Amino acid sequence: MKVSVVKNILEANERIALENKAIFDEAALTVINLMSSPGAGKTSLLEKTIETLNGDLRIGVIEGDIQTSHDAERVAKKGIPVVQINTGGACHLDGNMIRDTFEEFNFHDLDLLIVENVGNLVCPAEFKVGEDFKVMILSVTEGEDKPAKYPLMFHESKVLLVNKIDLLPYLDLSMERIREEALKVNPHMIIFEVSTKTGEGLEGWYQWLKEQVKAKKSTRN
Amino acid sequence: MHEMSIAQSLLDIIKEEMFKNDAKVLKSVRLEVGQLSAVVPESLSFCFKVMVDGTEFEGAELIMEVIPLKGQCLDCNEIFEIKDYVFECPHCGSKEVHTLSGQDLKIVEMTVE
Repeated sequence: MKVSVVKNILEANERIALENKAIFDEAALTVINLMSSPGAGKTSLLEKTIETLNGDLRIGVIEGDIQTSHDAERVAKKGIPVVQINTGGACHLDGNMIRDTFEEFNFHDLDLLIVENVGNLVCPAEFKVGEDFKVMILSVTEGEDKPAKYPLMFHESKVLLVNKIDLLPYLDLSMERIREEALKVNPHMIIFEVSTKTGEGLEGWYQWLKEQVKAKKSTRN
Repeated sequence: MHEMSIAQSLLDIIKEEMFKNDAKVLKSVRLEVGQLSAVVPESLSFCFKVMVDGTEFEGAELIMEVIPLKGQCLDCNEIFEIKDYVFECPHCGSKEVHTLSGQDLKIVEMTVE
């Protein structure tokens, strides 16, 4: 006999992500899932962002890596609450892993939670953790063809930061082409050209973050 | 990617449905694999086989239909296949595209005894 089922196979993680989101929403907390290839500048972006915005926004961070607590140590030096997840081998963070950190935070004391995902341009895009937005970084040394090669990552991300623009004089790279390629797979992507080394271009990113936090806080009332 | 953990989730759903329907033997399972779901059918098939070998589900067939990425233009209402992950209406060039299908990974039907 035939049994009709019609179920989303990935529903288990989706459900946990939704439950996480409900907890974040109750605290009017803006949550960002930050993704990129290894070495594109996620932790540097976090350091710069915290340095600049820590007076205006109360920020918390969840760090995800296969091994080590290097990133959490870097972020902890900025004086904000941070928890390190070591996946031991898993190539991405999922809703369950995020949920396991909840007792380390008081979400009502935070405005913004940034989850720094495992460095990987493939898998993190497939898994929600309960975030409001996925944000990704592409560094200029990675090349112009990455949006076409990694469409899901680019399609799922609300914001793209093109990082390390301080290196542009040493590269044959068309920023115009990166933008074109990214906008093909995600026409509504917000793109910032930045350098986490020099600080160039980051004002737009800070402004966008503040706007999201403000909008989320206003949903509480 | 992660076809092994997906195969496990699939097996969990199968066991639950078999129990609910008082079924004893699994003959086949039909899935819809969306193009944007980042699942490779051959890998999933392989992982499923590895998981069920030596169990009561050994020999069950996994039938997969790849669902193409389809969108609808919100400006001119044209429905089209999204080629090369370019989210743009081929009719009017609009970037306002609503994805109709091709993002999900679904179990649709089981054939049991």
